[in-house]
Amino acid sequence: MNMPLYVSPEQVMKDRADYARKGIARGRAAVASTYADGVLLCAENPSNTLRKVSEIYDRIGFMGVGKYNEFDQLRIAGVRHADLKGYSFSREDVDARWLANQYAQILGQYFTHEMKPLEVELLVAEMSPEVGDDRLFHLLYDGTVMDTTSHVVIGGEAEAIGARLDESWSAGLQLREAVQVAVGALAGSDRELVPDDLEVAVLARDGERRSFRRIEGDDLGGLLG
Amino acid sequence: MTFPLFTPDQDPGPSFLGLLERLGMAPPEFTGTLEADGITHGTTVLAIRTVDGVVMAGDRRAISGNFISHHSMEKVFPADRHSGIAIAGAAGPAMEMVRLFQLNLEHYEKVEGSPLSLEGKANQLSQMVRSNLSSALQGLGVVPLFAGWDERLEQGRLFQYDITGGRYEERRYATGGSGSLHSSTVIKLRHTPDLDFSTAVDIAVEALFEAADEDSATGGPDPVRGIYPVIATIGRDGFERMANEDVVARTTALLERLGDRSD
Repeated sequence: MNMPLYVSPEQVMKDRADYARKGIARGRAAVASTYADGVLLCAENPSNTLRKVSEIYDRIGFMGVGKYNEFDQLRIAGVRHADLKGYSFSREDVDARWLANQYAQILGQYFTHEMKPLEVELLVAEMSPEVGDDRLFHLLYDGTVMDTTSHVVIGGEAEAIGARLDESWSAGLQLREAVQVAVGALAGSDRELVPDDLEVAVLARDGERRSFRRIEGDDLGGLLG
Repeated sequence: MTFPLFTPDQDPGPSFLGLLERLGMAPPEFTGTLEADGITHGTTVLAIRTVDGVVMAGDRRAISGNFISHHSMEKVFPADRHSGIAIAGAAGPAMEMVRLFQLNLEHYEKVEGSPLSLEGKANQLSQMVRSNLSSALQGLGVVPLFAGWDERLEQGRLFQYDITGGRYEERRYATGGSGSLHSSTVIKLRHTPDLDFSTAVDIAVEALFEAADEDSATGGPDPVRGIYPVIATIGRDGFERMANEDVVARTTALLERLGDRSD
């Protein structure tokens, strides 16, 4: 009689976590930070069409790193969920915390029950009309959620980039400084990132209903220069 | 509310209406009969094409039979940053159509990462009007006007619909609702190919004034309540609603120009 192969739950979880972490570490990182007039979303992304940064709702933005098809599917589900909620109730009832919890459920479900975990790390950002109330929700591949009001790094080399960001970031930066701090942290000391390597957007606190704005080309060059 | 994740063969794509249908949340089709007098109707709207883009305008009256049910209804709305929609017909279904149309355009833009072409938006609206046909046959018809700035052709464009969803692009102007006959006569007499926004707005104010003069369902300027038509311009910079003070000033100027009609 064949003995069934026994693997301890600790080992299963560890293998899955290693698998997911490896997949995520292959990709380039992204930084989210709050600044004086909103939230800055800044990703290292040489592609101009496969987006990592996108709009979910009026004051909610999204960033994903890792496997593109997996985080893009989650992004679209987020847009659908937010639009459905706004249609059923009202636009002001749509919030990032609810969305982050939903993402956490899905990621946790995949991590424990599916063949393979999702190789993604997500960030859900919410700009608040009040200064100082902006929220950044950071989601890991296993469904862990963390929230902060200052800055977050997701993706490969997050620790090194996070350490650089801790040194240079401070509350209440202007957009130009915030972009330079984020890009400087992403690049490190031995290389320089140009606008073509970057995907930058803001959730701007400027009174418009839809706050998501991409900053591209010459506008981005001007901020970096 | 479940989280809307789909397998590839079940995916509703970038359409919000498709998503509602897939989730069984689409508004139920109307069946049965209704007393036409009990339904609130929005009345006169118009759109004029100019070299700067399109001017859209609508009066503020809503009626149920021979009662005035609202004095300050709005019938001209932004559809997205670069287009607008004006509605005449049964007010309830019309407002819902506007809301769904706005959502559908925004939903597409967010899911796909780029907006629909103007032609695509006009076709979407056509399908929405078409799907309202069974309600229209019960007296709940909605006939919108749609206008926008076509970024590819660098010009304003204007579309008119019938209750079956028929879509007609107009080169000069279009009107809808009960006061459409009178308002279109005014525009027809004054429209020139080189119209700019400012002149077209004056024509729109006058057209609505004359429609209100002849048609009981169209509301005229109401200085007692401070209610004036809603006017919007849609040009290269997108949809912009005119400030009420500007409309008041133009209405006052029109009344002075028309002079005394007492004899």
